[in-house]
Amino acid sequence: MEILIQISETIDCSSLYEELKHPQSGGICVFIGVVRNHSQGQKVESLFFEAYEAMAKSEMKKIAEKAGQKWDMQKVVLKHAIGTKNPTEPVVAVGASSSHRDACFEACRFLIDTLKKQVPIWKKEFFKDKSVWVTPHP
Amino acid sequence: MNILLFGITKSIVGAKYLTVEQPLGNVADLKSYLENKYPAFGELNALAVAVNNQYAEDITSLNPNDEIALIPPVSGG
Repeated sequence: MEILIQISETIDCSSLYEELKHPQSGGICVFIGVVRNHSQGQKVESLFFEAYEAMAKSEMKKIAEKAGQKWDMQKVVLKHAIGTKNPTEPVVAVGASSSHRDACFEACRFLIDTLKKQVPIWKKEFFKDKSVWVTPHP
Repeated sequence: MNILLFGITKSIVGAKYLTVEQPLGNVADLKSYLENKYPAFGELNALAVAVNNQYAEDITSLNPNDEIALIPPVSGG
C-alpha cells in the first residue's frame, strides 16, 4: 500500500484523484474538512492551525499503516494545512483507494476520526473580538 | 532541559519553550513540576507529553538529549 502524508500551508484537493488512482482500485473515497463560519453560535472569522510537524507526520503515518492492516487498499493520503485559514478553505483531506468501495469508505471514516483524536495539531478560533485555542472535552 | 510548547500550553507559559533547570526523572515528575509552577496546567482536561516524537507514559524516563514536548488536547481536522 502506498502512503502520502503532507503538512503544508495550503492543501491541494484537486490533486487527490491523481494521487489516489491505481489500476487495481475500483473506488476512491475522500473526506475534506473545511473551515465553517460559525462555532457554538458565534461567527468565526478565521482559524489558525499549529502542528508539531515531525510528530504529526509520524502519527499520520501510523494511522495510515493501521488502516492498511484493517482494510485492503492500494493508496492512502492524509494531508493537513497549517497557518491561517478562512471559511470555505480546506484544512484536512484524507482519502483511500481500494478494489471495492466498502474498504475505502470505512477507511476514510477511520482516518479522519483517528487523526482528530491523536495527531498533534491545534486549532485557534478567531472571533470578531477574541481568539481561543480549541480544547475539546473528552 | 528544554520543553517544546504548543497550542494553549504556549499561552499558559507565555513562551514557545520552557527551560527546566532542575533534574526530572520521568514524565510524571515533569507533570508535577508543571502543575506546581503553572496551576493552569492542572485545569486542562488532559495533558500528554511526547518524548522524541512519541506519546510517552508517566513512567517514561527523561534524558538530557531527548526532544520533549507538551501535547495539550489536540484539535486538528
